[in-house]
Amino acid sequence: MTKPQDNPSPTKQPSPLTVAAGAKPHAVAPKTPPAKAVVAEPVTGAQSLVRSLEALGVDVMFGIPGGAILPAYDPIFDSKVRHILVRHEQGAGHAATGYAQATGKVGVCVATSGPGATNLVTPIADAYMDSVPIVAITGQVSRSAIGTDAFQEADIQGITLPITKHNFLVTRPEDVPRILAEAFHLASTGRPGPVLVDIPKDVLQGRTEFTWPPTLELPGYRPTLQPHGKQIREAAKLIAMARRPVLYVGGGVLKAQASAVLRQLAELTGAPVVTTLMARGAFPDSHRQHLGMPGMHGSVAAVFALQKADLLVALGARFDDRVTGQLSTFAPGAAVVHADIDPAEIGKNRAADVPIVGDAKYVIEELIGAVTAEHKAGHRADLADWWRQLDDIRSRYPLGWEEPPDGTLAPQYVIKRLGEIVGPDAIYVAGVGQHQMWASQFISYEKPGTWLNSGGAGTMGYAVPAAMGAKVGRPDAVVWAIDGDGCFQMTNQELATCALEGIPIKVAIINNGNLGMVRQWQTLFYNERYSNTDLGTHKHRIPDFVKLAEALGCTGLRCETAADVDGTIETAMKINDGPVVVDFVVGKDAMVWPMVAAGTSNDEIQFARGVRPAFDDDDI
Amino acid sequence: MAKHTLSVLVENKPGVLARVAGLFSRRGFNIDSLAVGETEHPEVSRITIVVNAEESPLEQVTKQLNKLVNVLKIVELEPSASVQRELLLVKVRADRPQRSQVLETVQMFRARVVDVSPDALTIEATGTAEKLDALLRDLEPFGIKEMVQSGMVAIGRGSRSITAPVLRAAS
Repeated sequence: MTKPQDNPSPTKQPSPLTVAAGAKPHAVAPKTPPAKAVVAEPVTGAQSLVRSLEALGVDVMFGIPGGAILPAYDPIFDSKVRHILVRHEQGAGHAATGYAQATGKVGVCVATSGPGATNLVTPIADAYMDSVPIVAITGQVSRSAIGTDAFQEADIQGITLPITKHNFLVTRPEDVPRILAEAFHLASTGRPGPVLVDIPKDVLQGRTEFTWPPTLELPGYRPTLQPHGKQIREAAKLIAMARRPVLYVGGGVLKAQASAVLRQLAELTGAPVVTTLMARGAFPDSHRQHLGMPGMHGSVAAVFALQKADLLVALGARFDDRVTGQLSTFAPGAAVVHADIDPAEIGKNRAADVPIVGDAKYVIEELIGAVTAEHKAGHRADLADWWRQLDDIRSRYPLGWEEPPDGTLAPQYVIKRLGEIVGPDAIYVAGVGQHQMWASQFISYEKPGTWLNSGGAGTMGYAVPAAMGAKVGRPDAVVWAIDGDGCFQMTNQELATCALEGIPIKVAIINNGNLGMVRQWQTLFYNERYSNTDLGTHKHRIPDFVKLAEALGCTGLRCETAADVDGTIETAMKINDGPVVVDFVVGKDAMVWPMVAAGTSNDEIQFARGVRPAFDDDDI
Repeated sequence: MAKHTLSVLVENKPGVLARVAGLFSRRGFNIDSLAVGETEHPEVSRITIVVNAEESPLEQVTKQLNKLVNVLKIVELEPSASVQRELLLVKVRADRPQRSQVLETVQMFRARVVDVSPDALTIEATGTAEKLDALLRDLEPFGIKEMVQSGMVAIGRGSRSITAPVLRAAS
């Protein structure tokens, strides 16, 4: 464990050895032996790149070679770092993201210049929105050709400026080790995020010397990890005395590996907990104090709790519009304690009464101490009334669904059974849309790192490649992608990668024949005019997902009735020597409920179509 | 909305200005004026930015700016506690009969003539935006042929330096 302030490096920068494998300074770092110091060995820029990746503890990268990056692929051929040849650069990017989310380490993807690099733009933007530590390495045309519209030239540094935490164009071969070490340090510390390193071909070919470890030169980068004691005490006072508190938990808690201390804080305070889409698994769903997910498709109890709270304790959450609904009517009676590692998140959407900048783990640890002191001083509000109301709402408005009147298979049933049969140790990776919301609602997440999805960017096509990355990072875990038929058709070619590289993921296609979430909005807001949402996967069975799976080297299964759901899942669970795809043919009319329509107040939440819970009648 | 002057110390590296300017436009801020130059330390550049913004959005953009890896320090300079200057070069129509009147205006504003031709004078002036506006108003009747203005640069009053602590940390 190394804190930046007591780092022995004279430059006050963490050395690349502590950065290795991308762990946060306090996180439980995977055991990678520290790279041996190397003094001035003659190498090419490309060899220096691969040596740096090895020294940084990288065990796998996802990529596709091409002209400008070609010099790097020669030393990759001999390296102990595993390179997984994907079918599309987007797959490489999402695989790096899935790997990072499942392991907490930095994910690495590689592409060539021009179209190779621009194909990484979507996964980089996705990782940026969800603060995922990945490093993207791209080839660039030679230095003399930059700016001439050369073949396969794209200004990827300029293109990714607004969607990376930072990016680099390497201009000298001797800078390669330092910039790689800086990229990994930036990606994995503070608020994590994607970092791109663009390397011209002649820099890769150039002669240089490899020296390790390099000295980081990041004078403007000083993330705050330790919270301010005074702010912690202020927050603890509010927490101890609040009569209707809510712990509003976001993805930052998972990134800080703070689930265990979160549970301690929750049990110490007795306050209800809500976990956002990015924080599912940070607090056990089975815990009595857990009210579920807040937001547009959150549970009624979670939304009610936020709206009626007198204190929100936001931990690593960012008051996203999908959580708050109409901001002006969000949690109108609540004071706000807002803790985040990124100072720019505090006060961005909602003013904070007590702002706390710091790493969620440190913040929660400090809060436990300060709240305990408040309790000892006799400051402790009685939450019995609050819980009486919450339990009442929870029992009246549980998550559920109505069986489709046309006798088709209910998608919610498929997902619920999948969670029950596969269990809480598996990793579930969702695409984007209805199936994603149902997977968040109807699977019980008990452990951190078991739920991966594209939350901020909402990237369709995320699930299959991210599941691939997760399985590579955690080969012993069962990994299920839960995907829609629309999402699946965007990136399913990575199943060929999975089949050839021995990455036995399982994919549940929740096939409703449509772009389901868009169709739901057309049903609700566009007078049931279904413009361009029917994919034909039901009507024409194009593609036939079973045949497609088989063509990609996977086992293909199909399930069309409720009676077959358990058996099909059990069959898929028995296949461990290759990827499995299950085509669950489900009804097209199922909708995601509850729902807060976009731009409206959380108070307008509908439990089911046209059914509004009677919040206003509750006397509080 | 009020004008705010931000002094931003950045690493003197390629592309840093694009990062700073891009952040302002991306977050929906208009830059009123911008000036960049070296500091007493060649590895550090100083960007002076004038923005029109309310207090709370200004705080947000400052925090976002602080997150840029190449940004070392941001200080807001209050007009009352700093010296703020712009540079103006203006080419004014001034044939012989007009010339003495133009020169009188130039003297009044403590500006300087930096180029002379038979029918025009080029005048250099520095000062606050208000002073330069006043000078231009007085020159306008003679006929302004061309003008160019720099962004504002500003420095805090008193002996304290905003760069010294940054340079100590960086070196």
